[in-house]
Amino acid sequence: MSTLGEKVKKIRSKNAGPFWITIDVFCGDKKVYKDVCNKLKNSKISSLLMISEQDLKRFEIENLNVIKFSFPRKIIQGDILDRDMHGAQLAILLSEMKF
Amino acid sequence: MIPIKVLVPSGVLGLGFDLEALKHGIKNNPDIISIDGGSTDSGPFSLGSGTSKYSRSAIKAEWKSLMIAREKANVPLVIGSCGTCGTNGMVDWMENITIELAEELDQHLKIAKLYCDQEKNYIKESYKLNKILSLNPAPKLNNTVIDEMTNIVALAGAEQIQECINTGADIILAGRTTDTAIISALPLMKGANPGSSWHGAKIAECGALCSTNPTSGVVMVEFDKAGFTVEPMSKNAFCTSETVAAHMLYENADPYILHEPGGYMDVTYSNYYNIDKKKVRVEGATWNSSKNYCVKLEGARVSGYQTSLLVLLRDNNYVKNIKKWTDKLSKFLKKEINKRMDIASSEYSLEFRHIGLNSILGELEKNLGNPVEVGVLCLITSKYKISTEIAKLINPFLLHFPLSSYEELPTFAFPFSPVHSDRGCVYEFTMNHILELDDPMDAFQIKISEI
Repeated sequence: MSTLGEKVKKIRSKNAGPFWITIDVFCGDKKVYKDVCNKLKNSKISSLLMISEQDLKRFEIENLNVIKFSFPRKIIQGDILDRDMHGAQLAILLSEMKF
Repeated sequence: MIPIKVLVPSGVLGLGFDLEALKHGIKNNPDIISIDGGSTDSGPFSLGSGTSKYSRSAIKAEWKSLMIAREKANVPLVIGSCGTCGTNGMVDWMENITIELAEELDQHLKIAKLYCDQEKNYIKESYKLNKILSLNPAPKLNNTVIDEMTNIVALAGAEQIQECINTGADIILAGRTTDTAIISALPLMKGANPGSSWHGAKIAECGALCSTNPTSGVVMVEFDKAGFTVEPMSKNAFCTSETVAAHMLYENADPYILHEPGGYMDVTYSNYYNIDKKKVRVEGATWNSSKNYCVKLEGARVSGYQTSLLVLLRDNNYVKNIKKWTDKLSKFLKKEINKRMDIASSEYSLEFRHIGLNSILGELEKNLGNPVEVGVLCLITSKYKISTEIAKLINPFLLHFPLSSYEELPTFAFPFSPVHSDRGCVYEFTMNHILELDDPMDAFQIKISEI
């Protein structure tokens, strides 16, 4: 079984202001996009990120072949418990996910 | 008066841009030059301390190029969110740099300064009158929190920048401003399509990040009644419908909606297409005015005094049992701190992060691997200025603490002398709120000076 990172073109994550994180999954083409849309479940993503499923927003952006996830940070950016100010390393979790 | 051309030299002053591309931009006759000077992107320190993230010399060198370009183009030059955080102090800091450069370049200028700091009494009064509304998720706000904040700023929108443009100033130094407002202000004023004015501003707010060559910096956006056209100014940069559309996703929780003072922009039905291999045309965004005019607030307060220590471990037994070691050490240290210093554990926080294991993702890390060495970053954050004293107590134990009582005293690797690093005050963001205003200028002031 391959990983999601091997399947798609690029996955990136980034802070969207101090209170949110957003993850963009660039699928590359329509076929991969459809496949990922169908198989990538919100429940899987929320358990990977240890957030509640209600907090996870999902956008399927067909014209860009992108699936976007956004969620409020459990730890606000720059809090003493924050380990990654820009949240950009979180994307690795999705990249290494079995798919 | 339209089309209106806005030249954006880079995503932020201090990051650098291609000087040839800037020259090319000036040749294309812009109506205004707009650049962002700040962000909350690096965390709460800048706003908390009221200081710039970038060095003064880097800012001065880049600002010099822009002041020369402005004189040549004879159009207004606008910077938003001066000195990263956009406090009044940082607007004055930027004015100081501008005055030095004006003397060096023998330029005579009219400067408009937009101040965005918020007085605590005004914020308390607005809070009492229910003029402050929380966004999701918002930290708890009350009068104590307001009193504890070191800086509170409101984010200016297009209206406040337009007031500054109307003064006829050559240079506008704005405090905290939305990234987009410095770009959308002039096209909106001159009757360009409102949805597209905001959309184009959003696309260009990070400079050439919407192109194939992000570090080249400079882009030109041309706004008209139906939409906008974006073009990178560097020879080696190209905008494609994909690079432009993809930028709407960047740092945006919602890829279609962007809230701004006075309403929101919606790009759900917008179209992107290449006019030629460099330029992209975009149409179809809409602007939806809100009933009440609101601006976003940002605030920060001191969350503590912090000292860090770093120890490196190569001993295989300790590397394998690193979590057990720090758990045991933590328990021991808390007792010692209480016994020897009479400090309760509620007065400070003590955290160990395992570099090489899961220091970035923490409990989310699934792939713990098999490292040969581990760095232990010890973070002490205290309410009062006692974190250095605590670090000094911890020092010998971090060096020698054994896993079991029957082994010889180990000695690990300290990479520094002294081993502790004082990080001074650390800050936290305290607001994710909006402030309702009767008039857009109610929370802002403009000051004019001539040099």
